[in-house]
Amino acid sequence: MEKKEKKGSIFDSTIEAFQSFLRVPNTVTKRGSHVRDCNDLKRVMIIVVVALIPTFLFGIYNIGDQHNLAAGGDMTFWAKVWYGFLKILPLYLVSYIVGLGIEFASAQIRGHEVNEGYLVTGMIIPLIVPITTPLWILALAVAFAVIIGKEVFGGTGMNIWNPALIARAFLFFAYPASMSGDKVWVAGVDGYSGATPLADAALGNFSNMPSALDMFLGFIPGCPGETSTVAILIGAAILLFFGVASWKIMLSTVVGALAVGYLCNALAPDASSYLALPAWEHLIMGGFAFGAVFMATDPVTSAQTETGKWIYGFLIGAFTIILRVFNPGYPEGMMLAILLMNTFAPLIDYCVVQRNIKNRLKRAQINQ
Amino acid sequence: MVDYIKLKQGLDIPVEGVPSAQILKSIVSETVAVKPTDFKGLIPKLTVKEGDAVKAGSPLFVDKKRPEVKFTSPVSGTVTEIVRGEKRKLLEVRVKADPKTEYAEFNLPKPEAITAEQATSALLESGLWPCIKQRPYGIVPNPEVRPKAVYISGFDTAPLAADYDFILKDEVENIQTAINVLARITPKIHFGLCARTHASSPFHKLSGVEFHIFDGPHPAGNVGVQINHVCPINKGDLVWTVNLQLLAIMGRFFNTGKVDMRKTVAVGGPRVSNPGYIKCISGMCLSNISDMVNDNVEKLQQGCPVRYISGNILTGTNVGKDGYLGFYDDCISLITEGTYYETFGWAKPFRTKKYSFASTYFSWLTPKKRYKMDSNLNGGVRAFVMTNKYAQVFPMNIYPVYLLKAILAEDIDKMEQLGIYEVVEEDFALCEYIDPSKIDIQAIVSKGIDLMIKEMA
Repeated sequence: MEKKEKKGSIFDSTIEAFQSFLRVPNTVTKRGSHVRDCNDLKRVMIIVVVALIPTFLFGIYNIGDQHNLAAGGDMTFWAKVWYGFLKILPLYLVSYIVGLGIEFASAQIRGHEVNEGYLVTGMIIPLIVPITTPLWILALAVAFAVIIGKEVFGGTGMNIWNPALIARAFLFFAYPASMSGDKVWVAGVDGYSGATPLADAALGNFSNMPSALDMFLGFIPGCPGETSTVAILIGAAILLFFGVASWKIMLSTVVGALAVGYLCNALAPDASSYLALPAWEHLIMGGFAFGAVFMATDPVTSAQTETGKWIYGFLIGAFTIILRVFNPGYPEGMMLAILLMNTFAPLIDYCVVQRNIKNRLKRAQINQ
Repeated sequence: MVDYIKLKQGLDIPVEGVPSAQILKSIVSETVAVKPTDFKGLIPKLTVKEGDAVKAGSPLFVDKKRPEVKFTSPVSGTVTEIVRGEKRKLLEVRVKADPKTEYAEFNLPKPEAITAEQATSALLESGLWPCIKQRPYGIVPNPEVRPKAVYISGFDTAPLAADYDFILKDEVENIQTAINVLARITPKIHFGLCARTHASSPFHKLSGVEFHIFDGPHPAGNVGVQINHVCPINKGDLVWTVNLQLLAIMGRFFNTGKVDMRKTVAVGGPRVSNPGYIKCISGMCLSNISDMVNDNVEKLQQGCPVRYISGNILTGTNVGKDGYLGFYDDCISLITEGTYYETFGWAKPFRTKKYSFASTYFSWLTPKKRYKMDSNLNGGVRAFVMTNKYAQVFPMNIYPVYLLKAILAEDIDKMEQLGIYEVVEEDFALCEYIDPSKIDIQAIVSKGIDLMIKEMA
């Protein structure tokens, strides 16, 4: 990208960002193709935000619902929604104010226009952290994710890891006491503790686990966005309908998880072993569905070649199950599997591209 | 057996103003210009000065590095103006045309008897040598190097492009002559035909060529794509390509001994009241068609000026109302300058006045609709994000993003490995069109080719 010429005000990027948010600017093409498609990154990003709305709405309701269950109250539907909304609002305020603040500042320093990427990241972060996360910790995590996860590489499009997952990983490693994924988080109830389905499964307490239907519908404790597989599937349908996310990655992630899951089932020594947990139940537990639909498919940090996408997705699914089943440290594996594959995506692509180069060289020799 | 090549990737941009098959008028341009900027990488050396009298076919400037490559005037008249830009870069040589064209004389053997050397020197002398482009790089070829083959695309799939079947139906003989002469220089001549029209195409009768039929949307008509599917260019390979209308002009030259640069040019686009064809001369002034402009625009575009493009809307040059037709161009496109703001543009659920290839809008619901497209960028410049989209409009076995990044990194080895020899700017035009990050991709490719030329020199 070209550096924009410095103009008078030091807030150019910020002003431009707000103006172009409200109206498409009057810039015309200078070089190359004279006409351009009306699709831009703002549109792409807003589709992802729209796709996140079902999980967001369900998350709000579920926060209230879980609070109600734990506290033993009898709240009405709207009371639950209102309670959840009030609980999640501060997280969103922190996420967007801190995140966008840093985005604007870095765009300003670089003299670029502000990237839209954080619209999505900021929407995702509150959905994948415990609702009880202290706001100052969240602010730290967001700052870490945006600065170290994204801006040091050059901003949206240049980052290696998914920034929202970097925020979560930061919480996970810096404040592990409340983040490992074995205890549930229920808002507004002191001293309430219980095990998540994943922790139950890890301990072989299959009978303590909620029913598969509840896990599928999402009426279980958990991070706001991850509990309801139904809401996530609606989001997936929106993403695929608008052609924003790659179906190859979603499908291969599921295939990878099922393949390893069934392999585990086959190897299970007895019915109470974690290995015996039906492979398909992994798909509706923890952050698997949310990760497969919204995180693994990030076009910047995933594999970029079509062949690479199959490998990348498959390995995410496979590693998630391996981490869940064979790792005694913590029950959830999705976050680390995606971050790991984010790291290796360029290597996968490198191999795919290298094969293309080899073919080209071979062709040259045949012709001579 | 004619080989049939099906291309799935690509896009026919549904822009309004497709030229209808009718000749609207013949234009006699008062001035014409020859523009050194039409020829990639050329450093011109003037051979005339203002006030000199020239004939059609007498040189105006030559290639500084290879003075035998001449660029000649398409008309007879007086050199009126030599236009220079920044750093005295030569931009245009303008010639005021005489009412009656006088042609420079060339003593040519009969086309049947001409040898390769005679043909080469005749083309060089007449200024028709630059009709040929060399791949890799898309530059005017070195006359001392013989190519592996010549590729000619018999159709143009670019938006609003001229229909060769229509404009060249009476030129088949000239084209045949040119092919016969080229066959002396290189035996292998490939000719691409369009699957939709090949049965009725007048070029079917051509002899001495190997036909290939291409089926698919734009860029199936791009000669680079055709080469990639017939016999891709490897390191050390060198092929020639010739625009079909220029091939007809070459044939005319060998048949008559005159440099007769008359062309039929398509005039199309949303700002043309009656899209069709005009007969004119190479290098004519676009002010001659200013009467064809209409004010039929969308509400948003009202009051916006017209952009005059010599060439098609993907790869052409914005020459302005008083600009001149480019040497290689056989279409003129008029679109609206998109200098307007669109409130909530990207946030509107439906944006029916605008077209999008992506399914983030609903253009796919109206596949037959044509759009009044304009030059608005429709967004701001960003880094590469939606990189999976390019492959959908790039029908070559090349990874476009990796090649572009190699160019940005100026990594010559990687560019070579990833296929820089097989592409020119126009092959990336659709990637640039659909790019939601609004990156000037053709400019990147151009830079890559410049780097390669410099490296290989």
